[in-house]
Amino acid sequence: MNINQLVALAPIITLSAAAIAVMLAIAIRRNFILISGIAACGIIASLLVLGIAWQESPVQATSLIRIDEYALFFMALLLLTGLAVLGFCHDYFKNREGENEELPLLLLTALLGALVLVASSHFAAFFLGLEMLSISLFALISYPLNQTRSLEAAIKYLILSGASSAFLLMGMALIYSQSGELTFSGIGRFIEIRPAMNIMILSGVMLILAGVGFKLSLVPFHLWTPDVYQGAPAPITAFIATVSKGAVFVLLLRFFISTNSYAYTPLLTVFSAIAVLSIMGGNLLALLQTNVKRLLAYSSIAHMGYLLVAFIAGGSIAPALAVESVTFYLVAYFITTIGAFGVVSVLSISQAEAGEISLYRGLFWRKPWLAVIFTLMLLSLAGIPLTAGFIGKFYIFTSGADGRLWGLLLAVIAGSGLGLYYYLRIIVVMSMSIDVAENEPEASSNGWVSIVTLAVLSMLLVCFGIYPNYLVAIIQFVSYSAR
Amino acid sequence: MILPALIIVLCLGGFAAWFVERRSPGDARLIALIALIIEAALLLWQYSGTGTVDILSSGMSPAWLADFNRPWIPRFGIGFHLAADGVSLLLIALTVLLGFMAVSSSWTEIKDRQGFFYFNLLTCLAGTVGVFLAVDLFLFFFFWELMIIPMYFLISIWGHENRTYAAIKFVIFTQVSSLLMLLAIVVLVLINHNRTGSFTFDYFNLQNAGIDSDAAFWLMLGFFIAFTVKLPAVPFHTWLPDAHTQAPTGGSVILAGVMLKTGAYGLFRFVIPLFPEASRQFAPIAMTLGVVSVLYAAIMAYAQTDLKRLIAYTSVSHMGFILLGIFSWNIFAMQGAVITMLAHGISAGALFMIAGSLQERLHTREMGRMGGLWSTLPRLSAFALFFAMASLGLPGLGNFIGEFLVLLGAFKVNILLTSAAALVLVLSPVYSLIIIQKAFHGPLQSQSFPADFNRRELTSLGLLVLVTAWLGLFPQGVLNVSAAGCKQIIQDQVAVAYP
Repeated sequence: MNINQLVALAPIITLSAAAIAVMLAIAIRRNFILISGIAACGIIASLLVLGIAWQESPVQATSLIRIDEYALFFMALLLLTGLAVLGFCHDYFKNREGENEELPLLLLTALLGALVLVASSHFAAFFLGLEMLSISLFALISYPLNQTRSLEAAIKYLILSGASSAFLLMGMALIYSQSGELTFSGIGRFIEIRPAMNIMILSGVMLILAGVGFKLSLVPFHLWTPDVYQGAPAPITAFIATVSKGAVFVLLLRFFISTNSYAYTPLLTVFSAIAVLSIMGGNLLALLQTNVKRLLAYSSIAHMGYLLVAFIAGGSIAPALAVESVTFYLVAYFITTIGAFGVVSVLSISQAEAGEISLYRGLFWRKPWLAVIFTLMLLSLAGIPLTAGFIGKFYIFTSGADGRLWGLLLAVIAGSGLGLYYYLRIIVVMSMSIDVAENEPEASSNGWVSIVTLAVLSMLLVCFGIYPNYLVAIIQFVSYSAR
Repeated sequence: MILPALIIVLCLGGFAAWFVERRSPGDARLIALIALIIEAALLLWQYSGTGTVDILSSGMSPAWLADFNRPWIPRFGIGFHLAADGVSLLLIALTVLLGFMAVSSSWTEIKDRQGFFYFNLLTCLAGTVGVFLAVDLFLFFFFWELMIIPMYFLISIWGHENRTYAAIKFVIFTQVSSLLMLLAIVVLVLINHNRTGSFTFDYFNLQNAGIDSDAAFWLMLGFFIAFTVKLPAVPFHTWLPDAHTQAPTGGSVILAGVMLKTGAYGLFRFVIPLFPEASRQFAPIAMTLGVVSVLYAAIMAYAQTDLKRLIAYTSVSHMGFILLGIFSWNIFAMQGAVITMLAHGISAGALFMIAGSLQERLHTREMGRMGGLWSTLPRLSAFALFFAMASLGLPGLGNFIGEFLVLLGAFKVNILLTSAAALVLVLSPVYSLIIIQKAFHGPLQSQSFPADFNRRELTSLGLLVLVTAWLGLFPQGVLNVSAAGCKQIIQDQVAVAYP
């Protein structure tokens, strides 16, 4: 390994070092605020190092990891997301009983897994990253002690995640048995010389699809989603919804583009079916929810379906446009989802999560700013202008129309209509008037970190919605580097 | 710079109204009033200094009076491009006028959260003004969506008993149909991109996108559905009676007076110039839909007992005339459609204001529980009679001119449909007189003696009376302003039809 590669890997190394530092710090002194601070410094250091790595890219650092602009952009996105989640966790856990100091540590290791995932160019790195992420998540989901729901969610996630990893491994093994390759570029060469798909490859890819579909919670692999979203502490739910899903999607896109798996058209048919099922299933089931976290869980299923539309379009349009669309949509989705769960987390009190929709009644008049932020996030999820979600939806339409995916686009339109209904329902509840006599629920854990984070997120949301040029320019640059 | 200022003033006014609420809630309405006065002044300045204030870009026909173009999202060739011709300026004038009326009718009706109310009112107006000015398709869509959300809040927070249902129905109808339009816009741009190699959302560049007739038909349909949902025409009208009935008075005035006109404006500005051949083929269907709306809604209006619901159905009926006029392809019908937009905006707005003041006084919209009001509320009743007459198309008032011109123009094109539409001249007096008969004549129903119109209400409605009469007696002034814009669209069509 030369110095070049070392610099390219520096963000990952820095984050690993930060994880070790946090571990040692816990051994010396248990102080939640201190530990969170160290973790935050670690993430920020990693972000700074990222700038240096950007100069060196693209670098193939060992055969496992490829650091290019695409990977670095998403690393930055994931690290920033991790920082925001850490901020919410700080306010969420600071007044709670128990030993919360390991939480930042687990967040760092989960982030580490996600970073490896977005940079991987080899099945081994893919699997390692995914497992590092998942194993950290088991512990994170069940972190609050003495809460049956969290425990149930964690066990559910553990078992299903284990099964999906098994599928994934089996799929990799089948592909390896045919191609003799584990690197993405090797598989790409194999596909190039053997364009016809044999049954082994097909089953291998299908099994991988099942594993990935589980992580992305696409219908029909979505059954864990609402329970885990509901059971996990709100900041951790934000983390699962963004970092875990986003990193896997980024990897999926890289795999397809660098191996040119788009050449296998039957796969795209399968993806189209999954996309339609996810959009319709997610939106229809969301209609029935009365719990905001469950509702957001189903809506996230639908959003993954929308994202798949741009992904599928990559088969028939310039890959750069597909990458650009997916990237923009992911950025918008990250901002929005963290913001939405951030509001839930701020409203949660130590006895109960702010899940039930009735808790939001009259929020506009009790906590106007929080309600405005939540409204913005919901409108962005619904794809209404002035928010980044609208530009994201515009990108989906553009790439879908360019790829002539009319059926899928009609599903997106129908799904958006359904989506509006349940997003607006939350807004309606928030704008209902409250009786003054109604006893206020105990003041929730208002912390300045969460408030600042939410303010920054809303600013970004509106900025990217009104003037997306800078972001679009960066993303355009990044998307040309993807391969 | 006046064009963007027209939008910005309203937005800033909205935010100012919202922030002043904390200090003193009553000031919010004053701020709204000030913002509208500034807006009116800007508009008058634009009228008086047309052509000198903003310099047109090269290649724009002289029908356009003002232009403002800045790049916005260069990646996709999206520009912040505003332009006004006579028709858009007239519609903005209508918007400002009805904005004053909405503030006036909300003056005492809205007691809760006034700041947020006026914020929504003004941003909704800002979105509408943006729709009337935007000539970049992306920007147009942006404003098109933007005006929906404030209106949603107006209905869902300050509306009547069934407001949640009405508000959500309103948003879903308009949103889903507008997504079809977004898809059509994107496809149109992509087709143009494939031909020329560059992205552009500019109205003027897309007019000759050179799409084949098959694609043009589907794209036209995407736009057409979005606009006829907003207009609304049968069969997409079902959101309207609910939304109008449940909205607070100010909201109803804006909805009926201004927001419905955005649908008509969209047909006029985008559907026909962008897809002339396809819309020409589609014209018989569109005209039929227009006639069906005219007749069906008039009959439905007759069957209503809720005053606001009745007025809402009359709106659908009048909007049918606009559909008929726009798709008749000649200058008479087109001009008639423009006049109908203005006249209906004023008469429907006024009727909703009257219904709103009745509800504020009697706490009911049921006509069965009114009755005999003429003796207790003579001034209010006189105004109601005047606007009921205007609405039925009494000669000498604005609506008559509009409907007459539409029928005159449409008769040259399709005698059968025009004759059918003319039947409404029998139906509209029936529903108009029903209002007067049930609510104002007959034995006195209510035992209370509510106060008659006060000075504020007299001034507002008096102004509307003057404007309606002026439109009816001296329509030439308005016709002159809108002529160039209408001719431009007709000429484009003729050029295509007879190359």
